Amino acid sequence: MRAARPLASLALSALLLVLFVGIWQLASLGSRVGNAVVDPEYAALVGAAAATGGQTPFPSPVEVGARILEHLADPFYVRGTNDQGIGVQLAYSLGRVLAGYGIAALVAIPLGFVIGMSPLLYGALNPFIQVLRPISPLAWMPLALYTIKDSAVSSIFVIFICSIWPMLINTAFGVASVRREWLNVARTLECSTWRTAFCVILPAAAPTIMTGMRISIGIAWLVIVAAEMLVGGTGIGYFVWNQWNNLSLADILTAILVIGLVGMALDQLLAVATRAVSYQE
Amino acid sequence: MRRAFVSVEGIARRFPTTRGGPAQTVFENVWFGIEEGEFVCLIGHSGCGKTTILNILAGLDRASEGGVVVAGREIEGPSLDRAVIFQSHALLPWLTAEENIAFAVRSRHPGWSRAQVAEECQRWIDLVGLSSAAGKKPAQLSGGMKQRVGIARALSVRPKILLMDEPFSALDALTRGVLQDEVNRIVAETKLTAFMITHDVDEAILLADRILLMTNGPNAKIAEVVVNTLPRPRTRHDVHHLPGYAELRNYILDFLVDRSKRLAETMPSGWDPRRIPEVRPAVPA
Ligand SMILES: Nc1ncnc2c1ncn2[C@@H]1O[C@H](COP(=O)(O)OP(=O)(O)O)[C@@H](O)[C@H]1O
Ligand SMILES: [Mg+2]
Repeated sequence: MRAARPLASLALSALLLVLFVGIWQLASLGSRVGNAVVDPEYAALVGAAAATGGQTPFPSPVEVGARILEHLADPFYVRGTNDQGIGVQLAYSLGRVLAGYGIAALVAIPLGFVIGMSPLLYGALNPFIQVLRPISPLAWMPLALYTIKDSAVSSIFVIFICSIWPMLINTAFGVASVRREWLNVARTLECSTWRTAFCVILPAAAPTIMTGMRISIGIAWLVIVAAEMLVGGTGIGYFVWNQWNNLSLADILTAILVIGLVGMALDQLLAVATRAVSYQE
Repeated sequence: MRRAFVSVEGIARRFPTTRGGPAQTVFENVWFGIEEGEFVCLIGHSGCGKTTILNILAGLDRASEGGVVVAGREIEGPSLDRAVIFQSHALLPWLTAEENIAFAVRSRHPGWSRAQVAEECQRWIDLVGLSSAAGKKPAQLSGGMKQRVGIARALSVRPKILLMDEPFSALDALTRGVLQDEVNRIVAETKLTAFMITHDVDEAILLADRILLMTNGPNAKIAEVVVNTLPRPRTRHDVHHLPGYAELRNYILDFLVDRSKRLAETMPSGWDPRRIPEVRPAVPA
């Protein structure tokens, strides 16, 4: 692939966005002119708002834009448990993700180090990891709620359990595949185990470990929205669910946009960190 | 019997074969010695077990039988007193040239201050002519520069013995020559005991006091020891004009081309691995 000129790509991106928003605007104007019929069964299903309020048309970009501005103007208000600013909800979600992810990193990296250094442990723990890894983190939710009994802690646990595997596997793999000659250098210099671990193995495996951490944060951010929809209370996932009950599609679209942007920011943060520890052989 | 400074005593190395068959013997019953301050080269074809011998001397590998005694004590593992210059230079790629050397200096002197370490690094950087490259990562350095860092790193721990595994084989002829002269000079100045693997005959004649000739594997043997009687100091520019040079070179080449293979099959009767015959091809009969 030839290297694209960044400015041209940017211009094309902007054009596509304008095109998308324009078509959306036209479509929403059209649907308002036409006589939208709401199936009564469907109205019953979606709840009171749809049934009593008649039609809730899909919001136009202008309406969503206005809603975004409203949210931006006052992101941190708290007017009771069910009515809090999108910034507050986001903070709840981020807090849970960072807690679960942080604990997972604290467990996965040292454990991965030990597994990576010991072929015996690698072999012994590998079957467990292979079975546990593909389990959808949400499958743990009932078990977590039953044993922990606290919805907030349960969602932190779910984040923990989903973000631990990529970090564990990548750390173990990175540590196990450190070049033998670098270890031999440490041995001929009579480095202690700790010095070898921190000055040779850790920097050698750091890019692989960071890649695992980047995969993990992506999964954690995907899972937190679903987990909060399940357990409710607070968080951006709960916000989406709550706005669905209010049938406020503009709010849902705002939240979707925010979820995407925050996810991208988290990923970029880890990408920068990965670049900082990577090296060229 | 008097023991040499480095005394290799009956070492063997066997590797298990993949399908549980009988172990494959790379070599067995290998005996030789290196005197203090002596430069010994080991020559043989690829795969005969040269690296394995060097790794055992370094303490990175263990002999299946026998052992190595250095200054009266059997070696148990790697040591700062036995530095290794690796064929692939083995620099840590996330550190700069200077940091690679500092890593070694700090290993030898854990109590040194930052300034002391920096001063010592500078000394070695100057000595091997690295000044312009000190702040660069290995990936940004040429092969010759990388190997200079490898040399500086090995020497900076002030070892008693320097072990080199084909240190210049990946370099172009010009760079190789320059580095050979530098190693020759440094080893002579610091009175190091040196053991080098090579398959470059000219390199061996330039550097070595004695040259061990190894037959082809498996079951490789050190068939003969060639004593280099050419006078020191030798340099790349004059060594091939010295009387006896051609005889020495031809003798070793003959061994590599022809005898290393024949001797691998049958050693001459009366050959004793504990008393390897010495030859002096450069001395007129
Ligand atoms: N870890 C190992 N496992 C099995 N065989 C090995 C191992 N290391 C070396 N060998 C075998 O030992 C022989 C000698 O290897 P080596 O010492 O690297 O030879 P050289 O350095 O003379 O080229 C080779 O035939 C190689 O296949
Ligand atoms: Mg070799």
